[in-house]
Amino acid sequence: MPVDFGKEVDYVAHLARLSLEPEEKECLAGQLSEILETARRIQELDTAGVEPTSHVTELPAVLRDDSVRPSLPLNRALQNVPQREKSFVKVPRITASELEQD
Amino acid sequence: MQYEVVIGLEIHVELMTASKLFCGCSTTFGGEPNSNCCPVCLGLPGSLPVFNRRAVELAVTAALALNSEVQLRSRFDRKNYFYPDLPKAYQISQYDQPLGRGGYLEVELTGGKRRVNLERVHLEEEAGKLVHAGDSIIGAGHSMADYNRAGIPLLEIVTAPELHSGQEARTFLEDLRSLLLYSGASDCKMEEGSLRCDANISLRPEGSSKLGTRAEVKNMNSFRSVELALDYEVRRQEQVLSEGGTVVQETCHWDEAKKQTITLRGKEGSSDYRYFPEPDLLPLVLEKTFVENLAHQLPELPATRRERLQEQYGLEKEEALLLTSNRELGDFFEAAAKQYPGYRHLANWIQGDLLYQLRESGKRLNEIEPGLLVDLLLRLDEGRINRPVAKELLAEMVQSGIDPKEAIKERGLEQITGRDNLLPVIEEVIANNPEAVDNYRQGKKKALAFLVGRVMAATEGRADPAELNRLLQEKI
Amino acid sequence: MQLYEHTAAELSRMLQSREVSSVEVVRSFLERIDQVDSYLKAFITQTPVTALDTAGEIDSGRMRGENLHPLAGVPVAIKDNISTMDLRTTCASRILENYIPPFDATAAAAVKRAGMPILGKTNLDEFAMGSSTENSAFFPTRNPWDPQRVPGGSSGGSAVAVAAGMAPLALGSDTGGSIRQPASLCGVTGLRPTYGRVSRYGLVAFASSLDQIGTVSLNAFDCALLLNLVAGHDPLDSTSLPGAVPDYTAGLEPGTKGLRVGVISYSSTEGFDPEVTETVQKAAALLEEHGAEVGEVSLSLTDYGLSAYYLIAPSEASSNLGRYDGIRYGYSAAGDNIETMFSRTRGEGFGPEVKRRVMIGTYALSAGYYDAYYLKAMQVRTLIRREYEKAFKKFDLLLGAASPTPAFKIGEKIGDPLQMYLSDVCNITDSLAGVPSLAVPGGFHSSGLPLGLQLTARPLQEQLLLKTARFFEAYRGQVSLRPGLEFIEKGGGSSAV
Ligand SMILES: [Mg+2]
Ligand SMILES: [Zn+2]
Repeated sequence: MPVDFGKEVDYVAHLARLSLEPEEKECLAGQLSEILETARRIQELDTAGVEPTSHVTELPAVLRDDSVRPSLPLNRALQNVPQREKSFVKVPRITASELEQD
Repeated sequence: MQYEVVIGLEIHVELMTASKLFCGCSTTFGGEPNSNCCPVCLGLPGSLPVFNRRAVELAVTAALALNSEVQLRSRFDRKNYFYPDLPKAYQISQYDQPLGRGGYLEVELTGGKRRVNLERVHLEEEAGKLVHAGDSIIGAGHSMADYNRAGIPLLEIVTAPELHSGQEARTFLEDLRSLLLYSGASDCKMEEGSLRCDANISLRPEGSSKLGTRAEVKNMNSFRSVELALDYEVRRQEQVLSEGGTVVQETCHWDEAKKQTITLRGKEGSSDYRYFPEPDLLPLVLEKTFVENLAHQLPELPATRRERLQEQYGLEKEEALLLTSNRELGDFFEAAAKQYPGYRHLANWIQGDLLYQLRESGKRLNEIEPGLLVDLLLRLDEGRINRPVAKELLAEMVQSGIDPKEAIKERGLEQITGRDNLLPVIEEVIANNPEAVDNYRQGKKKALAFLVGRVMAATEGRADPAELNRLLQEKI
Repeated sequence: MQLYEHTAAELSRMLQSREVSSVEVVRSFLERIDQVDSYLKAFITQTPVTALDTAGEIDSGRMRGENLHPLAGVPVAIKDNISTMDLRTTCASRILENYIPPFDATAAAAVKRAGMPILGKTNLDEFAMGSSTENSAFFPTRNPWDPQRVPGGSSGGSAVAVAAGMAPLALGSDTGGSIRQPASLCGVTGLRPTYGRVSRYGLVAFASSLDQIGTVSLNAFDCALLLNLVAGHDPLDSTSLPGAVPDYTAGLEPGTKGLRVGVISYSSTEGFDPEVTETVQKAAALLEEHGAEVGEVSLSLTDYGLSAYYLIAPSEASSNLGRYDGIRYGYSAAGDNIETMFSRTRGEGFGPEVKRRVMIGTYALSAGYYDAYYLKAMQVRTLIRREYEKAFKKFDLLLGAASPTPAFKIGEKIGDPLQMYLSDVCNITDSLAGVPSLAVPGGFHSSGLPLGLQLTARPLQEQLLLKTARFFEAYRGQVSLRPGLEFIEKGGGSSAV
């Protein structure tokens, strides 16, 4: 079953916050369909009951002590900020559709 | 038609660590924007997270206090979404393997004590803070980001949809807050945002078991606003339903000024968070003994302590309730009660003068030595000082940290008792105030109080009030 | 012989015996860079002034009799996805073109602490996504053996810098072959250490569960020198491995007696150059001749591994690259609201390969597709690890090709992502398994291009890889491993590719 990425491009581009030119979209739709088509070959493998590997290191997390270490000086922390406003980082207008929950 | 209100809460509390969850930056509230930031909490390219042990301890402690089943193995996942307060464009959170599964809280609700179940308790990181130029997020021309808060450890607690009114939600939250304060996990300051609450609320016909369409209410900044917002939402949904309409799934903000909820957006564009296991963090594996030790260290929780205080010290329910409203107060009482047998008398002094003086002075309870209050009360009971002196000394004890015992000795504050000591002063006062004496003799009772005051002034307040009264009346 | 023609070990010895000064060494490399890099384009940023400053400090330290690190004064080049404090770190992306890290990657800090002068930051495929260094937003890097060909990627800049004598050593990063494949195409030695052996702190993340910093060098001994410096547990990287680090330069005497070597037989060798297969066979025969027990090992899941990799890596990348939103650093497009601004910043700031991978990854993780793509790929990863565990029950070392072909032409595969992805087919399963893997020169193709062998061992067995690489070095004979670069001297400055 071929993967048709054409219908998904807009949705995925929105999820990824990527503005794409029409030609880019068309090109991507074709390439991504092809890549996913190939990737789907893994469906042939029987993985029933197989634990997924998310880390190759089979060790538990190391915990650090709760000690405060110096933060970056303010000007260091903000040295790459495109738009500053005093010690804040300036952010464009937030639209209702962008409000997300945590 | 009668509707049943169904409310589930999602609570976020900041854990009381010194440093952030994944970096060494301070968690101090306030301060210059972006001054508590480093490559990790700013999400600079190449930075990596490392767990804070204390955050894990506090999260486990809180989970235990909430009767949640602590998982010896849990996992962290990335919750991906774009928002300017989220430096990495993902929040490190827990998805399908949370730290605590289930749990419950026994709450005194309408109709008696009830168990409110929890779905889960998990650990995640806090986002930064946006300040909006303008009065609300949406109207603002632009916003400003401060990442000082980004990366502070957060505990998320999700209840089952088992609350049935704004008032129940509020009571639940108040109890939850006191529990978390007790366990030492969080300072739960709603005004500083270290305790936040979102609610899912829906209505269903009485008797139905199917949940209605829910609205999600956010931005409730106090216990009172939780109650108001949910009551408002109940009325709004009732109205929609009674007019034959249907409730739309939506997210709304509570507008504190207008006292109403405002729709932010419909759920159609509901987020696709693309959760997946955080590759930068290995699974969190806890030793059984680690959890057991924390369970042992878990302080007695407020409900249990309340009952015990009533039984052990013969306190009234209201007194026990007040003394358990926070852990320090109960600890203070019990430490003092070890050395002082007049429990109710002690409770009264704590509830009254001590709390009053703390409020007045802005001092904290842990700055006061319980033994000092005991010394004071013992001297009062022995009649070595009188009540006004005791009150005065307590005030000084709280404000400037004096030792009342020393002060009594140094300043000669011991009560003046006995005929031989008091009569000379009384006679002098009578001699110097003939007018008042006359007035009294003509039946003006007030004049006696005046004369008592004079004697008190002459003895710097140290005269035994009862004996003074008796002697004075005898003499005139 | 010019100073820039020496190995790091030789330079180290000459510096320690005060035959030469670090300033002289650094000057020699800087001159070489001046001579050839405008043509080869290995460096995105050159740092001659700071390199000479460091060299000067080391020289005076040596004069004062200070106790210096063996690599002190030996220059190094660093791939431009490894953060360097106060030195632009671009990842070869427009989106980070002017980004200046306020901190050092742990590996970069180690290099600085040892007193190695940093010559500059090397070119790569944007965010390390690619196999040819053509995906750099700034310029492609050329292969010094044939300027019409790619150096491989993504650590193409590092491989070319070492191959062309512009640096004796370089740091690179390997996610799915990004050190081994370019090392192979450029005729140098490239090591991908065990996942977690070298701290990733400060390495700009592409696919976190696969990324690993490694070394590019002229030979195995030089590799050991640099590995000694950067390996070890880092409290800033929770995935870095605990435990002591051995001295990798010790015990490298070639010895193959009794070594159990499994020669990889791939499920499909479609697209393999026959001379590549031949080179591997010859190497196997050489090992057998010298006492190794050579057998065949079939890695039947290689092709599936490639598919799994091209789901796992983009998925992690789609998340890792979310932070480039134009708010805190990097390129920032105008936009009157946040959504437009995010999308334009990322649409304009990322190149085509990055967009492709972000799209695939976003899709593979999105609701409804997670189980079929991402989860399944992670299960396949488990199967691959099991296959490796099985292989390592029988063999101590796996031998294969480091690339299915010698260097290909610039532009040849850039329009066909799937063809490009196949360039990593030999390298990817090692990455998925997290095991150490090393590319060592194995000979030459009839076209004159170098061919690499790939050696793979159990986790933390880097020493065995280095030792075996030394064996091949000993039998390499008189073949010069340095490209002639006559095309440059012949005034062949034609930039037509
Ligand atoms: Mg949450
Ligand atoms: Zn920080």
